[in-house]
Amino acid sequence: MRLRNLFGVVMLSGIYSLLMASIFVFLDAVDVAFTEAAVGAGISTILMLGTLALTTSREKIPMHTPLLPLVVTIVTGAMLVYGTWDMPAFGSAAAPPNHHVAPYYLEQGMMETGVPNIVTAVLASYRGYDTLGELTVIFTAGIGVLLLLGRRREPKYGSSKFDVASSNAVGDTATNSETKSDRAGSSYGGTSA
Amino acid sequence: MRHHVILRVIAKLGIPFIFVFALYVQFHGDFGPGGGFQAGVIFGAAFILYALIFGLDNALKVAPMNFVIFFIAAGLLLFAGVGVATLFLGGKFLDYGVLAIDPVAGQHLGILLVELGVGITVAAVMIAVFFTFADRGR
Repeated sequence: MRLRNLFGVVMLSGIYSLLMASIFVFLDAVDVAFTEAAVGAGISTILMLGTLALTTSREKIPMHTPLLPLVVTIVTGAMLVYGTWDMPAFGSAAAPPNHHVAPYYLEQGMMETGVPNIVTAVLASYRGYDTLGELTVIFTAGIGVLLLLGRRREPKYGSSKFDVASSNAVGDTATNSETKSDRAGSSYGGTSA
Repeated sequence: MRHHVILRVIAKLGIPFIFVFALYVQFHGDFGPGGGFQAGVIFGAAFILYALIFGLDNALKVAPMNFVIFFIAAGLLLFAGVGVATLFLGGKFLDYGVLAIDPVAGQHLGILLVELGVGITVAAVMIAVFFTFADRGR
């Protein structure tokens, strides 16, 4: 099946994330399912739609044949499937992750942190460094987006362009000095066009 | 989307509950599933829903961009600040046990603060990224 309409692709990936979330619930990983549903199905979809609104929602017909990517995908997939053959069975007590630090967390976590949810205890306390690093990644990503896509300050008019006052008047775009920002575009974000 | 009555009414009904749910996930994350990251995303999602339905300008009135950017940094600073505070109190970096007289209570307090920092930054980043995308598109 080939889908050139990227809107449909975004919707499909959102549905995929939601299905993955239900699989995680089924595997008793409620915290992960939570994240997948909120981030994968929710925010990612919206940001993808935002990107489509900024660019275009139709994929261009590629010049090259899709043969090489197809071969690479099949070979990589086959190797990954081959790699799973050596894995211990799902939920196996003999699996290495169940022998390393997990038993200690499960036995001592409640006593040492007083937090019944072991996932939270591990994330915030035992693996505090990791979580600090992850938060820094999110921070950096946010700052990066702001630097790349955020509006520039215009020193001529003094105030920051994030000012509400400059954009809340719907009708008087002609009197608004910021014609640059009023490019004839889609009314994404529901600006009541 | 001013003329979509059903969307507006449903969103108006739902958004407060989404916010409350985000706070529940945030502060109950040590007892049930959830935590700072999930709570931040849910909080951000509620805000984004508001912006989608009622327009970016109204959303910017509630949370101006500078305000959101401030919280991006504030959350991370809270997290790192807890670590520095533990250093000053004689422990190791992010060793929450020294935050209170009882080490277990200290751990609990530290986890709560750290998760709050995660939630604040994640929510602010989500909102800021969405605002930037939406602002760029018009």
